[in-house]
Formats: sequence, C-alpha cells, structure tokens
Amino acid sequence: MIDIQSVTKRYGGKAVVDAVSFSVPEGSIAVLVGTSGSGKTTLLRMINQLVSQDEGAILIGGEDTRGIPGHELRRRIGYAIQGHGLFPHRTVAENIATVPRLLKWERSRIDAKVAELLTLFQLDPALYADRYPHQLSGGQQQRVGVARALAAEPKILLMDEPFGALDPVLRGTAQDELLAIQKRFGTTIVIVTHDINEAFHLGDTIAVMDKGKLLQYGHPIDLLKTPATPFVEGLVGTFDRPFRLLSLGTIASVVEPGDAPGEPIGIDKTQQEALAALMWAGAQVLPVTAEDGAKLGRVRLETLLGQAIRPQ
Amino acid sequence: MLMAAIVLAATLFLPFVVVKPNRILQGQGRSLAESLAPWAGTALTLALLLVALSLIFRLPTGVKLVITMVSLAATILALGGAAHAQLPPGNSYARVSPGSGFWLLLFGLSLATIDVIARLKPSPQFRLLLLLIAAIVIGGIFASGILSEISVIKEYSNRSDAFWAEMRRHVTLALGSMCLAFVLGVPIGVLCNRVKWLRASALNTLNILQTVPSIALFGLLILPLGWIAANIPGASAIGIAGIGVAPAFVALVLYSLLPVVANTVAGLENVPREANDAARGAGMTDMQRLVSIEFPLTFPSLLAAVRIVLIQNIGMATIAALIGGGGMGVFVFQGLGQSAMDLVLLGALPTVAMSFIAAIILGALVDFSTSPGTEARSA
Repeated sequence: MIDIQSVTKRYGGKAVVDAVSFSVPEGSIAVLVGTSGSGKTTLLRMINQLVSQDEGAILIGGEDTRGIPGHELRRRIGYAIQGHGLFPHRTVAENIATVPRLLKWERSRIDAKVAELLTLFQLDPALYADRYPHQLSGGQQQRVGVARALAAEPKILLMDEPFGALDPVLRGTAQDELLAIQKRFGTTIVIVTHDINEAFHLGDTIAVMDKGKLLQYGHPIDLLKTPATPFVEGLVGTFDRPFRLLSLGTIASVVEPGDAPGEPIGIDKTQQEALAALMWAGAQVLPVTAEDGAKLGRVRLETLLGQAIRPQ
Repeated sequence: MLMAAIVLAATLFLPFVVVKPNRILQGQGRSLAESLAPWAGTALTLALLLVALSLIFRLPTGVKLVITMVSLAATILALGGAAHAQLPPGNSYARVSPGSGFWLLLFGLSLATIDVIARLKPSPQFRLLLLLIAAIVIGGIFASGILSEISVIKEYSNRSDAFWAEMRRHVTLALGSMCLAFVLGVPIGVLCNRVKWLRASALNTLNILQTVPSIALFGLLILPLGWIAANIPGASAIGIAGIGVAPAFVALVLYSLLPVVANTVAGLENVPREANDAARGAGMTDMQRLVSIEFPLTFPSLLAAVRIVLIQNIGMATIAALIGGGGMGVFVFQGLGQSAMDLVLLGALPTVAMSFIAAIILGALVDFSTSPGTEARSA
C-alpha cells in the first residue's frame, strides 16, 4: 500500500506538485495521467525519493519513506523509465542483475533470476543474455528494462512512460505482458503516462493530474460516470466513452444461458471486444465459450448496448 | 599529385646529402645520383621516378602501400650508403648529413604512405601491426650499422650514455606529469560535472593557463617553487627547487590539466541521462554510480585525453631543458648553442618519433575502447 499524504514539491517557488493525496491499494495498478508538465513524473519520482517532497509524507506499508536511506529504499522499489535507460556498456544479463548485485545476492541466485526473467519476457537466455543493449530491437530493450526493474522481486514497481518509445503494435503487446506479470507476482504498480487509452487499459485506478493538482482519483468507471472537471471529461473523451465503458467489463457479467450460431467469443474478452465481434458478424447474438472451448452460454447485442448507457 | 611532385623534385634537384669538412662548417650538397656509387645512384633515381609516377596512377591501394613503404626503407638505406661512399677514408672530423633532398623525399614518401594507409581504413590491429613492422625495419637498419657514418648517428655514438639518460628523463617527465594530471584532473572534472557554477570558472582558468607561453610559465614557476624550497622544510629534500625538474614537471602538469578536466567533463556529460536516472532508480549510491556507470562510459573520452596530453607533453618536455629539467631538449639547446644541427636533430628526431608512436598506439586503443556497447548509446 502506497499512501501519499498532501505532498507538495516546489521548484523556484512554483508548486509543480500541489498538495496531492491518494493511496494505491496493495497489488493494484494505479495510473498517473496528465499532460506534460502536470507534475505526474515528479510525483512518481517522489515515491522512491529520487525527488524529495517539500511538504507532506509518503508512506509505504505504513513506513515513512524519508526514514529510509534513499538508495536502500530504491533497491526495494522497481523503477522502469521511457527509453529503457539500459546501461550501454553492460550486457543484458548484467543489466538485469543490477539490483540483485547491489543487494549482494549469491551468484547462483542472480543467474537463476536472470534466466527466469528472460524466459518470462520471451527472450531466450542462451541467445540474449550476453548481448549488449544496442544489439536488441526497441521492443526487446524495453522488455529488458522492465525485467531489470523486476529483478529483485520488488513489492512495488514504478514506471515512467515505459512504453512511450514503442510503436502501437508493440505497445499493446507490452501492456498485456505487464498485466500478466502483475497478476503473477501481485506487484503494486504505479505508471505514469499521457496516453489515456493506456490508462484505461492498465489502470485499476486512475489519477488525473493537471498543473500540479490532482483533479480526480478513482476507478476508471468513476472518471466516465462523474468526471470531476471539464478537463477530466475532455481527457476521457466524450465521443468514445461508451466504448471505454464497455472495455472496462468482461462478458462474464453479461453472459446468459442458451445457445447461438456463429463464431464463439472467449469468456475472458471485454464487453467492447464482444460488441465489436457482434457488429462485425452482423449478428444479434453469439455463443460464449470458456478458455478450453466448453460452451458457457451466449451474449446478446442488446444486453451489451444496455451496458454502454451512462451509469447513474 | 602533390606527393609525386615532391618526390620528383627531391630526387632530381635537391642535395640528397651534405658533406662537411667537420661538424660545424657549412658543407657541400650532393644529389642522389652523385652521392652513391654510379650504378646504384642512377638505379635508385630511376626507381624513385617510377615511384613518383606510380603515385599518380590508379593502382590497388595494397600495392601502393608496399611501394611507398619499400621506397621509404630504400631512401633511408641509401642515406647510409651515401655516407659510406662520400666519407674520405681515415678522416674522423668530416661529416655526412642528410640534405634537404633527403628530408623532402622522406616527407613526401611518408605523406604518401600515410595517405595510402588512411585510404585502406585499417582496423586498429592492422595499424599496430604496421607500426610493429616499421619499428622492426627501422630498428634493423640502425642495428645493421648501415647508418653508422651519418652525422646524427655519430653524434649519438659520441654520447650514447647521456642520450639514454636524457631519454629516460624525458619519458619520466612526460608520463609522470600526465599521471599526476589525471590524479588531479579527473576529480576536478567530476566536481565540475556535479557543481555547475564551478564548471565555467574551472575551465576558464585552465583555458587561460593554456595560453601562457611555455617558457613564460617555466619562468613564472621559478619564484613560487624557489620560495617553497627555501621556506617549507623537507621540500628541497624531495627535489623541489626554483629551477630543474620541479618547475618543468609542475608546468607540464598545469598544461595537461585542461585536456584532462575538459574531457572528463565532456565524457560525463555524454553519459546518457536515462542511464544515470536508471542507476539512481536502481538504488546505486553516488559513488557506485560514478564507478560502475559513469567512469566506464567516460573511458573513451579519458583515453582521448591521454592521447592529447601524452603527445603534448612529449613535445613540451623538450623545453624543460631550458630550465635545467633535462630531457631530449638538452641536445637541441646544446646543438643550437654550438650551431651543430646534427646535435639538434639528435634531440628532435627521437622526440618526433616518440610522439608519432604514442599517437598511433593511443589512436588504436581509442578505437578498441569504443567497440562494444559504448558507440551505440543513442539506440
């Protein structure tokens, strides 16, 4: 649990982060979203004390971060940044081993961890461990950057526009990969982004910042339902908000008993994906199946449209 | 073209060697054809004309390289041969010196060789190999005694003990001052990188220092060092004095500081910002970051500083002799004093050779150090 309590940071008298408070529940993903200069990166960097706040406190698991020496705090918190920040003179394996080495892990444990993470990120250790960062593609570099942040099994992972340098296709893959890894390790993640789609895709909660102030913090659905300010309303987008709303729920909640003809939809798909499938097939109803292909029921176009109505 | 013209002019019109009745008097020039035995002289002249022609025409660079290098060796050998041929037997005062034709020929052919090598875009390994070959060939020529009758070599044999002693001192001065400059300069550079206001003032001070003419700096150091020697106990015991090695050493260190500090600062600035950020974010202390991230990435820049400083110091250490600091300058200034040009050359040629060798070796090292990882930091 990360508890941010009325934190303020000033540069030259001007508050770049202005009395911001919110807390991130353990094991969830919080996304800080806002335009550039909104103070979201500064706020992120205060969580691991790369920047120290002028006022307020940040508690991690109830412990004030200022009570811990900065470098020790940062060894406990994963940190991944845009453009990966890999050390160009170190191999992939050495890059990933950075924090475990600082923590003086045993050699065999480090090697095992590096191999595990490379495999997890679909990079064959035999092939990639000894390469240098410049010998990797952009997507691979980014994955190594995240792997490095996760190497010491941190409970918390901070990410500053981690996918900003990737093309849209790679970005989607990387986001799904991150969700899978988060599920696997139960890591609490705070991500900074200016991409509202990314925020909706990844966030259990979303914090919208503008000019140093926190405008709204809540579940994605709250942002759609009751945007706190016109800025938030504009940010979430008026014309595609019904589709965003659908993207937040899976079809598990709308599936009904019965059968239907046509190409089945997986139960793990979002309502938005189900709607797209129905529209594309020109069907009123399609069957729903479990991951193993077993029939679970059907989903109707009408039900989905009902889900897209502005929540009260 | 230019190089061909130089070779041509040198071969045909200028004196290849100068024969002097003794080491100080003006001598008489002899062209290449005259200075050797008639058949050899003519043959070599013709051969060099062919070389000049070959430089104009398009030939494979490898062939050109062999041609120029063989011509260079032949020119040096011819010099030795000419000395043996021209020297009146039994006259130990007479001297045979290389003439302007020889120097120009050497210059033209070296230029051509360097040009050809540059066109080959050689790997660092190949450059070191070429240096080794050249060293072996030239060393072999010296060892064979072919050049023993040349005036410069005669000056050398008359004072070989002093030569090596001064050589040692020259190298000690140049290398020692460089080491101290790094010991002082790298921390200053790191400080300049960390403390922004310090940077401008430190670099400006060193820049101004760099513009002080070396002799003036030597002179300026006499007073404070003399004072230190006289007033601080133990200072003179470790060799600090107003004149001699101490001011020369200090001056060389001062001159070396600018390149060392400037390159340290530039190198640190080139460390990718993201790498530094990631290092801090990973929980490295400032010292760990400096040692394991910043220094390795600054290394090529520091190596470039070694090259600049070493070449600069090898040259400048020559002047140390003026204030009693010793080194190869001793022969240069003795020679100037006696208007014995051969003695001047005895001091100057090894200095040039040392700089040249240092430049090639360090150039190759710089290339080596930029190969893995470091050159692609933009990726």
